[in-house]
Amino acid sequence: MTFAMFLEWFLKALILVLGLTVGFAYVTLFERRLLARMQVRIGPNRVGPAGLLQPVADAIKLIFKEELIPAKADKILFVLAPVLTVIPALIITGVIPLGPPIRLFGREIALQVANLNIGILYLLTVTAISIYGIALAGWSSNNKYSTMGALRATASMISYELALGLAYVGPVLLAGSMNINDIVTAQKPLWFVVMQPLGAIIYLIGANAEINRTPFDMPEAEHELTAGFLTEYSGMKFALFYMAEYIKMIAVSMIGASLFLGGYWGPGVSTYPWLGPIYLAIKVILLLFWFIWVRATWPRFRYDRMMAFGWKILFPLALLNVLVTALVIVLIGG
Amino acid sequence: MTPALLIFILLGIIAVASALAMLLSRNTVYSALFLILNFLAVAVIYILMGASFVALSQIAVYAGAIMVLVLFVIMLLGTQHLDPRETLKWQRPLAIVLTLALIIQGAYALITRYGFQYATLAASPEFVDPKNLGMVLFQKHSLPFEVTSVILLVAAIGAVVLTHKQKKDGGA
Repeated sequence: MTFAMFLEWFLKALILVLGLTVGFAYVTLFERRLLARMQVRIGPNRVGPAGLLQPVADAIKLIFKEELIPAKADKILFVLAPVLTVIPALIITGVIPLGPPIRLFGREIALQVANLNIGILYLLTVTAISIYGIALAGWSSNNKYSTMGALRATASMISYELALGLAYVGPVLLAGSMNINDIVTAQKPLWFVVMQPLGAIIYLIGANAEINRTPFDMPEAEHELTAGFLTEYSGMKFALFYMAEYIKMIAVSMIGASLFLGGYWGPGVSTYPWLGPIYLAIKVILLLFWFIWVRATWPRFRYDRMMAFGWKILFPLALLNVLVTALVIVLIGG
Repeated sequence: MTPALLIFILLGIIAVASALAMLLSRNTVYSALFLILNFLAVAVIYILMGASFVALSQIAVYAGAIMVLVLFVIMLLGTQHLDPRETLKWQRPLAIVLTLALIIQGAYALITRYGFQYATLAASPEFVDPKNLGMVLFQKHSLPFEVTSVILLVAAIGAVVLTHKQKKDGGA
């Protein structure tokens, strides 16, 4: 490994993490403005031009807030839990290609932190361990509401992870590879959402449950559980949970765009590779709009109905989707 | 000393220390977390061997699915703190004897097979590529694979039957 290679990897990882963090700040603003529009309000527009400095003001406010740790809490895990929640959110997008390879400073640079031949499995693995932060946050707070929130989060994530994992299988079968680069390249003629409409819908629902947003925000249902696993958190620790939620929202949008909406492909990418990241960003913003729209429109599920929906409707449908896709590929020949 | 060997030694220490911590901790939540750390360390050893598919499966299945359920049950039942006293007096001496037997057996097998030399083990090619692994699993070892799936199915049906009965007794 040469120094240039090391520097390239380091810079790519740094840019991705910083980009996601800035993205998080502005997705909060995007969401607040958009929700306000949908509810016929104006939303935050006072700090800076058109409210653009609102995330900065929020960050400063949260940094100066007093941090409380409950006396009966398990202190180590209470501090560790927000960190364990943020790390998976930050690393999951490492396998997503942001664009075709470009030439820069005489080097061929892939716009991707890691080109794994089992990228899909990496996505599943990181999603699977991302639950620990929330589960430990709830348990270590030593608070009934928090523990209830953590239990709900764990149960719902286990249930919806199955459907989500099966939704990944469709694009894998169509592309014949678990490498996300290959999956994106295979969508050059036709986006997979056309061949996998059911898979794409299951992915959207499963992803919505995975990031614990309305209508699946049972773990923090404020009317029943005050704030669920977030009840005892304040200051920057609270901000870290928020950061994880919004970064996960960006991450599932990037994954969805790469698996079903053709990733970075769009007209003109073959000749101008730098258009790739722009197309991906447009698709991600559209998906983010979708998630915010759903939050503004749908009421929260009742908890038992949500579990029943996951196990009795979504999971069998996802299985059926895999079966039909595999059959068609065997009969026609993918 | 190569960097790979250095990483391996570090991982080995983490794996052994977390396994010991899991056994010695009297708080079951911490035990579960140490076990997860142990699984992660072992998974990184697999990556070091070039078997990244096995490594990620290890994390997804053991650390991701099974341990989440274990943690869930611990939290649900509220049995975080174990009684500090020994409840089974004969357990400790028996465990020591059995562990020693296992260590001697393992050391004997390693020494007779590979001698005292150490080498960076590379995984055999069928574990590197997911396609090859699938081929081996479904063609060469299809019978054990299917038997395992039937055993898992039996366990799942058993769980369903158990909860069903409980509901009938409680409801009637």
